[in-house]
Amino acid sequence: MPTSQFWLLRPLQERSTQIFLGVLFAAVALVTLLHLIIPEGHALHVSAYTVTLLGKYLCYALLAVAVDLVWGYLGILSLGHGAFFALGGYAMGMYLMRQIGDRGTYGDPVLPDFMVFLNWDSLPWYWQGFDMAWFAFIMVLLAPGLLALVFGFLAFRSRVTGVYLSIITQALTFALMLAFFRNEMGFGGNNGLTDFRDILGLNLRTDATRLGLFIATGIALAIGYVICRGIVTSKLGRVSIACRDAEARTRFLGYRVERVQLFVFVVSAMLAGVAGALYVPQVGIINPSEFSPLFSIEIVVWVALGGRATLYGAVIGAILVNYAKTVFTGVMPDAWLFALGGLFVLVTVFLPKGIAGLLQKRKKQEEDTDTDAAQPKEATA
Amino acid sequence: MGIFRWLTPHCLNALYLKSLYLKALYLKPLGLALLLVLSLPAHSQAEADSDQGQALLTNLADASPREMDAAIEAIVDSGDPRARSWLDAFGNNRLSRIEDTGQVVVVLRNVGRDWTIADPLTGENLGEISRRELDRVNINNAIRGKLEGVLAMLDLYSDDPEVQENAAEAMMGKVNDSVVNPLTKLLERDLPGPVRNRIEESVAIYQLQQGEPQARLEAIDVLTGSLHSNARAALNNAVAGDDPAVAARAKQALVSIEQKLKMNRAAETLYFGLSLGSVLVLAAIGLAITFGVMGVINMAHGELIMLGAYTTWGMQQLLPGQPGLALILSIPAGFLVAALAGIAIERSVIQHLKGRPLETLLATFGVSLILQQLVRTVISPLNRSVTTPEWMSGSLVINDALSLTLNRMYVIGFALVVFAGLMLIMRKTRLGLEVRAVTQNRAMARSMGIRATRVDILTFGLGSGVAGLAGVALSQITNVGPNLGQNYIIDSFMVVVFGGVGNLWGTLLAGLSLGTINQILEPWAGSVLAKIMVLVLIILFIQKRPKGLFPQKGRAAEG
Repeated sequence: MPTSQFWLLRPLQERSTQIFLGVLFAAVALVTLLHLIIPEGHALHVSAYTVTLLGKYLCYALLAVAVDLVWGYLGILSLGHGAFFALGGYAMGMYLMRQIGDRGTYGDPVLPDFMVFLNWDSLPWYWQGFDMAWFAFIMVLLAPGLLALVFGFLAFRSRVTGVYLSIITQALTFALMLAFFRNEMGFGGNNGLTDFRDILGLNLRTDATRLGLFIATGIALAIGYVICRGIVTSKLGRVSIACRDAEARTRFLGYRVERVQLFVFVVSAMLAGVAGALYVPQVGIINPSEFSPLFSIEIVVWVALGGRATLYGAVIGAILVNYAKTVFTGVMPDAWLFALGGLFVLVTVFLPKGIAGLLQKRKKQEEDTDTDAAQPKEATA
Repeated sequence: MGIFRWLTPHCLNALYLKSLYLKALYLKPLGLALLLVLSLPAHSQAEADSDQGQALLTNLADASPREMDAAIEAIVDSGDPRARSWLDAFGNNRLSRIEDTGQVVVVLRNVGRDWTIADPLTGENLGEISRRELDRVNINNAIRGKLEGVLAMLDLYSDDPEVQENAAEAMMGKVNDSVVNPLTKLLERDLPGPVRNRIEESVAIYQLQQGEPQARLEAIDVLTGSLHSNARAALNNAVAGDDPAVAARAKQALVSIEQKLKMNRAAETLYFGLSLGSVLVLAAIGLAITFGVMGVINMAHGELIMLGAYTTWGMQQLLPGQPGLALILSIPAGFLVAALAGIAIERSVIQHLKGRPLETLLATFGVSLILQQLVRTVISPLNRSVTTPEWMSGSLVINDALSLTLNRMYVIGFALVVFAGLMLIMRKTRLGLEVRAVTQNRAMARSMGIRATRVDILTFGLGSGVAGLAGVALSQITNVGPNLGQNYIIDSFMVVVFGGVGNLWGTLLAGLSLGTINQILEPWAGSVLAKIMVLVLIILFIQKRPKGLFPQKGRAAEG
């Protein structure tokens, strides 16, 4: 098998990545076709609502992949990835806010409604530039990336790891939530940013735009997956796994552990930011509740359910849990937290490797029986 | 003035009364004689004592409106300890005369045809008498207004220091021409400190407003020490006044008062900080046992606190009308409930995840979600109200600018007691020794015959039980609701990590200092920003000293 030297192309030659991308693109194509070709009212028709819902799941899947990258391959349990997700979302939300222009309730050509409501007379400096799409899209990567860089630099340099790091990341997102709840922060306070109209000149409320966003999310997930896969199969990824399993030993072998950790952490934060940016136009709102520690820890349970350190497991977990959430909150809203809580307990106690672990086990058993047939005595020995 | 308006009808009234009185005398001579005969031997002793009182009351009852002032004054001047009750009765229209005898009595119950009366001199209940046989000693509004001032003065003469203090407090800023002289006279007497200060201040405020220039300057000197808002208001007026010497002096006084106020505010901030800190200590100290000593991350710790708070609520539902008893019973009950819940969590979840801290974190987080939702479903998603017993409400007044709420003081004390108890258990009991042994080296401890599993259960139960105690205390100062625990879990972890894992002293110091820092930041940053700043501060601190304020050293650190 010819192997490419370029790290991003290498995953494309892997069997597992090919299967994953194949399934993902097939699913996106199928949904697109069912939405466009099958007429409304038909049993197989996929409504625009469902398309958006699936788009939301794909955003969560990308977020879960980002968390799996740091948790599965770096051993850092981040309970604050919701913060990066929300920051990306806010960057996108600010762009969408500026696109409203003078169509807001107060009709101010520059200021968003909530600023007019708060009697602000000019745009704060950090809102400058968000009327330009390219700037906003850069900020989607830069804002979470910078936060991760500063936070990670401080944390990894002083070798804060394990449970401590988890709790600090939780405190980080909690602090940000409190901060974003304040009206004076200039991000719409409690209500957040909402009432969006256009993205790149396209009306957000049309089905075509929604479908476009869904497809874009699918592509983003594919790219994100390939990037992560590329990282974990590269030499850097090997070192990162070594950090996960024996940090001190890796350090003594001469690797700069904190640099590896910082790099992977920042990449993961940026991926989470992209997921947030794609999430906001589809959901139509971004508010501080995305910063809540509960949301961040929920992401971790998606990954845990799907199976840690597999990447595709994270995608499966995210989609499954969120589908269950949609069903539960629709049918028995009270039962959802019971189910989620139970999931936390059951997965960690009985299913430590998640669904992916189950799949691998079965595969391994099959292989084992194959080898058993060939060389029965050696296998038992 | 409305003198004439009220004089005429009153005169008529008095005349009418007198005529009735005379009529009674003439019409019922026999009954009168009988009563006199009957009452003479029984009253002979008392009469000698209360001769003066009798005369005073009769004088009051007989007085014409114009003489009333003098009659009241005579009663006040007598210094009689019962004067207060007489004048009270008079003001409430309860002072009457029996038509037949002319005896002045106090009406105890004026419902129905027959009224219950009592002897104002001895307080003895004289039984019931027909309403028709009583003549009310009348009072009009002008007299009543005067009476109020007089009563306030009378309270100042009271033997009860509390009554005296309240009366002095009421005088503040209300001194006028009519009371200033009696007040000055009062100051010559021997008075308790606070009362004397109060009266001096109220007279000084009067002097500052009305007095001669020299008196005004002296008044300012008196007011310099005062923290009362009325004193400050009077001084502010004086600064704005036209006398430059007085204004300058008043300004000086205000500056020194401001200084004092600052000190008091600092003391108040410290108190609030300590109280918030002790809440944090209470919430975190159980965690310091389970997380710090055992190394188990229990994200359901907050929900154990919540269970303790709900136990208090449940106890109060069981014992309605006795919030104090219920609260005291909740202390052991809350401990037990939370400890049992904690042990159940340990047995069912945590023991399967030994050595996998991140998984433990996730699983216990799941448990916390389940517990929260359980409370929401079974009890209510709304906050429950827990009554504060009477002996815990109110506040301790240090001075005009500083008063300390009692419930917070109890919480501070409770936190210290709990801390001391835990410290004793960990240092002086066999359990504590075993816990420390197991945490340092589990295998070695087991080989020495320590049953590690039993130690795990007991330790976890202890830590959880302390969380329950925290809940009992928290129920007195915050809302009891399903989210109670969630609000404290991050803070608790921060306190433990900040203080240094595995170090109870560190937890105490960290909790108290974080609470105080929070309260110091709050006035100029707002409560939310203060909280954020504290969180950021801790995050930065952990970067600098990853093992907290007091890192464990030696063998314990390796575990």
